[in-house]
Formats: sequence, structure tokens, C-alpha cells
Amino acid sequence: MKTGIINKIIAFSNVDGPGNRTAVFFQGCNLHCLFCHNPETIHRCVGCGLCVEKCPQWALKRNEAAGSRPVEAGKTAGMAGGRPDETAPVPPILWTPSLCVDCDTCIKTCPHLASPKVQYMTAEALRDKIRRTAPYINGVSFSGGECTQQRDFLMEVIPLIRELGLGVLLDSNGTYDFEQDPELLRIIDGVMLDIKAADPAFCRTLTGAGPELPFRNLDFLQRAGKLEEVRTVLFPHHPEQNEATVRAAASRLRPDVRYKLLRYRPFGVRQEGLDFLGGEITPEAEGEHLAALARSLGAENSVTV
Amino acid sequence: MSAALDIIQDPTLTYHQELLALARLGESTDDSLRYSDEYYKAKDSRALCDLNEGVMPYRPRYICPDYSLLFTKGCAFLELDPPQDLAEALNSLMILYHHVPSITSFPVYLGDLDALLEPFVLKEDRAYAKKLLGLFLKQIDKTLTDSFVHADIGPGASVTGELLMELTEEMQLAIPNLTLKYDPAVTPEDFALKAVNCMLKTAKPSFANHGMFVKEWGEKYAIASCYNGLMQAGGGYTLPRLRLYECSLAAKSVEDFLDRVLPYYADLQFEYMDKRVKFIVEESSFFKTNFLVTEGFVKRENFTGMFGLVGLAECCNHLLGIEDPKKGFGLNDEATALGRRIMDRLSELVEAHEAPYCESTGHRYRLHAQVGIDSDGREDAPGTRIPIGAEPAMLDQLAVNEQFHPYFPTGTGDIFKFEETWMKTPEAVLPIIKGSLARGLRYFSGYLENNDVVRVTGYLVKRSEIDKLTAGRQSLNNVTVFGKGAKDFGGALDRRVQKQDENRDH
Repeated sequence: MKTGIINKIIAFSNVDGPGNRTAVFFQGCNLHCLFCHNPETIHRCVGCGLCVEKCPQWALKRNEAAGSRPVEAGKTAGMAGGRPDETAPVPPILWTPSLCVDCDTCIKTCPHLASPKVQYMTAEALRDKIRRTAPYINGVSFSGGECTQQRDFLMEVIPLIRELGLGVLLDSNGTYDFEQDPELLRIIDGVMLDIKAADPAFCRTLTGAGPELPFRNLDFLQRAGKLEEVRTVLFPHHPEQNEATVRAAASRLRPDVRYKLLRYRPFGVRQEGLDFLGGEITPEAEGEHLAALARSLGAENSVTV
Repeated sequence: MSAALDIIQDPTLTYHQELLALARLGESTDDSLRYSDEYYKAKDSRALCDLNEGVMPYRPRYICPDYSLLFTKGCAFLELDPPQDLAEALNSLMILYHHVPSITSFPVYLGDLDALLEPFVLKEDRAYAKKLLGLFLKQIDKTLTDSFVHADIGPGASVTGELLMELTEEMQLAIPNLTLKYDPAVTPEDFALKAVNCMLKTAKPSFANHGMFVKEWGEKYAIASCYNGLMQAGGGYTLPRLRLYECSLAAKSVEDFLDRVLPYYADLQFEYMDKRVKFIVEESSFFKTNFLVTEGFVKRENFTGMFGLVGLAECCNHLLGIEDPKKGFGLNDEATALGRRIMDRLSELVEAHEAPYCESTGHRYRLHAQVGIDSDGREDAPGTRIPIGAEPAMLDQLAVNEQFHPYFPTGTGDIFKFEETWMKTPEAVLPIIKGSLARGLRYFSGYLENNDVVRVTGYLVKRSEIDKLTAGRQSLNNVTVFGKGAKDFGGALDRRVQKQDENRDH
């Protein structure tokens, strides 16, 4: 039995796919995008305990059962070499939600971009949570972090959710090779795919990985009928990059696939990202202009948000 | 007579509001309808409340005429022939509305407007029909100046319903209140989505659980006033309330409350209702001579008495010694379970009491979760609602409502305030309503934060009108003053907004 490591569950979300959906945010991501607006979901907690000392509510404590995994300052554990260990994870820090007031002191304290406020859940436990929201929703969306990082857990929990009569959409950063995983593809309704940048150098600077696999996924998922939507974030000081990305994505998209151009907003972005991208919101006019461009290139279902 | 002078000199009252206040004052000079000493004692202790219905009832509290008679037979008393086109139909309705009494002296039910008007609307050019309906709504807002004036549409789709919702959005009027009788099996999805869209922009229509009401009342039911379920061609004689928090102060324990205190106060409320109903039927002239009765627009046997209550949450919290409402009823399984025990007990008591002149409801009164009045302050939340400020995330709030709404055939409801982003996604709101109605919710109201027209506890007011009263000026709407009271004393406009992160589930 696998354990999912989950940052949070939003019972009713109107912004994570079509209709009203329960959104599950998995902890841990293989990219480190500079514009990430919830960077505390990027890494797994290493149990350094700095947050335990700072928590004003005593809602956090060390989990003696986990033992400590010493990590050099500035480095993070558990992410080297692809997917993290899923065999027997226990939380290094125990979090008591009933004491927590969501002041986020722990997140501000953490040097590892890892929230200690996560839940370790079995597939059955997550299914039981979703059973309560099931009467009111159109489906479930798995987001993150990067949910495909916990692929084996997805394989356990998605069939249980489908038994509730609900479909599952994955929100992915595009770095998972969906073509190589027909089993996963068979049990999901579709993928909401990020296309972060087209220019290889810019993409690497921005995310830590190149654009090749996300674009390959776009083509493949579209062919397979599993491309629910594509999202691109537009940055305030990079109009040429924005246009290059939108052109590359839009020219490949079929007219019916929804293409969302999300204007960058600085909220939640870490200092490193603010230094590179700035503290401004991308102008609405640029969003409208690029959405029109995308529509003219064939992605007729393009909108800016 | 200083009381009369006070009314006459009040700068915030319109002429019509002064007239009604003076009528109330005049009514209060007669004391021939008397109750027991225990009743008055309970009323003085605030455990019982008569909602200022007046001591000498000269009409039933709520009257829901069968307006279709006006279109098939006309009205002899008003010398109206059945209308031949939309203009005549609307004119006839406005004339009849003027003669429908109620506790507020304004009609609390305007009819199922789509069913009544659709044949006429379909005969007209759409733009012309819209023009006439717009004038009709404007006239209602400016002459039936009371937010308890209520119209119904649905469950089927109709051009009339669509036009009324379009106009409601364009005109942003507080009056009339509007309900969509909603049945997912009958109401087309696109029509329901239009209603959601209209609700987010204007705080109306609300969604009534059509299937649930039909099971209790049959097809010919009305949603009147705030959210009151009643028979068409009938209505409600009276609506007094138990203030359950104040009732609970007399109890030594939970069992004492259920065994002794609750039956004691329920009996006193029965005494009030029985005497009042008999008086209205036997003594006052309404059921003997009013043309609505003699011409069959209402039938006496279709009326019932509404047994009201407020403050279930505070009652449960007090009995269990819970001081923080955020840890009480609706958020604490023990307190919520006690709420169900109290409601089961109260249902038994109401079911065991033979009520005079209530043929259509099996000679029994029917429970009503009253929406509260401004003088309740923060001691008694409306009906069985979770107190404002303590509401949990929407999923949990719905789950609590679903347990309590089935107890109240004569009405209950809850209100959900949405964040702006939901306006762009009505298709995300509808499944919430649909899911909750399927699980026992009776009545769903919603609005968007920052609207001018807002739902206070069950009725609609404009924030800008409350501001007028606060500044010592007049407001045309008789209900604005209640909205001001509920805002000032009950924090009614500060209810929880459904934000993304507030639905977070630990």
C-alpha cells in the first residue's frame, strides 16, 4: 500500500478544471520554477526542525519514529535521482491541524521550500475525504507540486475515486513522459498541461528543465484525446519570450482545446523569482493581444486570465 | 399621545410608513384577545416572541392567492374581465396586488409569474414583452415597497422567466424577492445556469427544492415572503417564535430541557396560535366577507399556522456549556446531534397538537425556521443556522443544513456569500446547489460580496438604502430598517465569504 504526501485539499474549487472540483495538491515537484506561487510545495520536508522552534502555536513537533535525516545546509533531501522514495514514508515533522492558525511562520522559516503542513494519506483515506465532496462536484483534479511524482499512489487512488463515479484530471508541469505510461493514461480523464516556455535557454533558467518533453507531451496527449487544457504563464518583462511560447503552443493546438494564458502575479513568489521576474502583474492588454494571436494561429479556444 | 407624535415626527419614515405605524398603534389599544398569565410571563422573558403581529388580527399573516382565477374568471369585486393580452394581464395583476393584505399590508406572494404570464408573453414580440415586464417590475419596486413581496418562477424554463431574470440583472432592484422552484429533472441546465448567474449578480433568485415542497404540499405551493412554503389559494394564519436560547435558560439540564422546558413553552405557543387562528376565522371579517375569499382566490381550509423558532444553535451551545460558537452547534458533532434531538422532540410536540382550522395540513401546525429580526441581536441565530462568524467551510455548512432543512415545510434556508471569481463560473456553483438539494437542503440563497443588493437574513435590501437611513434620510423600502438593524446588531452582512482557501480541508 502506498502513501500519498499531500499539501492540501480544496473541497470546492472553481479554478482547477471545468465545473466545481475537489483539488488535491501533492507535495513535491521536480522543477523549481522561479514564478512558482506556492514554492513551499516544491520539496519534501527533511526534518531539520527549524519550524518546530518557531511555531507560535506549538502545532508542530518532531516525529521520533522518523529518525532524523541530516542534510547539509542549503541542500534538500529526497529528490535526487527522480521520484522520491515512496516505500515507507513517515512525516519527519508532525503537524496538528486543530492547533494550527495558518500563520505560515513555518513556511517562511523553512530553508528547504518544504511545508511541514502535509498529510500522509493512504489511497483509502483520500477516497474517504472525496466521498464527502462527491455529491457536489463534477470531478477531481490532482495538482501540486507535481502529482506525477507520486505516480504509484495515483495508480492506487484513481480507481477508488472512479468507483465514486468521478473522473480525475491531472495538472502536470509536462515533464512526465505520458507516452511511456499507458496504464496511467487509461484511468485519467485528461491532463491540464503547463507549457512554461519554448526557448530552451529561457525555459532552463525559469524552471530548471528544457521545453522538449512538455511539447512532446502536448502533441502526444492531443493525439490520444487526453489533453484537457494547456496553460502558459505570461511574464511582465519578457514580451518576446511570451510571444515565442504562445506561438509555439498555439500553432500545434486543435481549435477545441482550451488554452489559458495566465498573467503572472507576484503573490507568493519567492525573492529569487521576484529578482528575476519583477513584482508587477503582466498587463491585461498583453494578455488580450496574445490570446488573439493564439486564436489566429488556430487555438480558437484561447483566453487570458 | 407621545407614541403617535413620535411616529408623525420621525424624519426617516415615509408617509406610508407613518400610516402603517399609526395603524399598528391603533390596533394595540384593544386588549380583548387575551392569553394566560404564563404566556405573558414567557413573552416578557423573551422566550416567546409574537413578531409584533399586533394584538387584534384583522387578516391572516400571509395570503397566497390563486392568481390563475384572475385570468380564467376575472374578478367581480374589482370589475376585471379575464385579460386578453400581456398589457391587460400585468395591469390586472397590479390591481389585484393592491388588494391582497398581509402582516405588512403588502402582498407577500405575487404568483408563479412564468406560469401565469407565459401564454401572453409568447404572443408578443420579445422586446415588447420585455419592455412591459420591465415596467411591471419597476411599478412593483416603487409601489409594493417591501422586500417581503415575493414572486416565483420554475421549475420549467420559460421566456417569461428568462426575461424576468434579464431585467432583474439590468435593473438591480431589491423588490420583489424571487425564487426558482428548482428540479434538476425538469429545469433545463441552461435555464438553471442563467438563474445562478442572476443570483450571483443580484442575490436572487434563490433555489427552492421543488421535489421536497411538492411531496409536502402538492404541485400548488407558493414560496412567499422570505422563503415560506405555503399552499396557493391559502396561506399562513400566524407565525410566532420560540426563542430557543432564552427557553434554554430555564433548563437545569439537557433532559430537563427536552422533558419539561420545551413542552412548556411549546404549549404556550400553541395557546397563542390556537386563540389567534380562531379569532381570525371566527371573529374578524376577513374569511366572511373579503372578496379574495368569496370569489375563491383563497380558501380558508388551505391556511395553516406556522410554528416558528430561532436560536437552535445558541440553545444547544448553552445546554452543553459551550461558550465559543466556533466550537459549538454545526462545528461540534455532540452539539449538532443535540440539535437534532431537540428538533425531533419539537416535531413530536407539534405533531401531537390538534390545530384549529388547519385542514390542509392534517389539523396540525407546521414548523418554520424563522429568519430572525433585528432585535434578536446575537443571542438567537436565525432558525437552525450556524451563527454568523462561526460558519465552517461551505461543505460542512451544507452538511449541517441538510440535516435540519427537512423539519421545516413552511420554510427555512441558508445564505452563501461567494467571492468574485465564482461569478465567472456559474457552472461550478450549480453542482453545489444540485448536490445539496438532493441531500435534503430545502432552500439555497447566494450572493456575491460587494453587491449593492444583498440578502440580509431572508429578505433583500440595498446597502445604499441602509446608508440613507444611517444618515437620517428616508428609505422607500419598508424593510430597509430591518436590514439596518440586522447589520448593526446582528453583523448580518459579515457572513463568511466562500474563498478558495477557506474550503481547505485539513
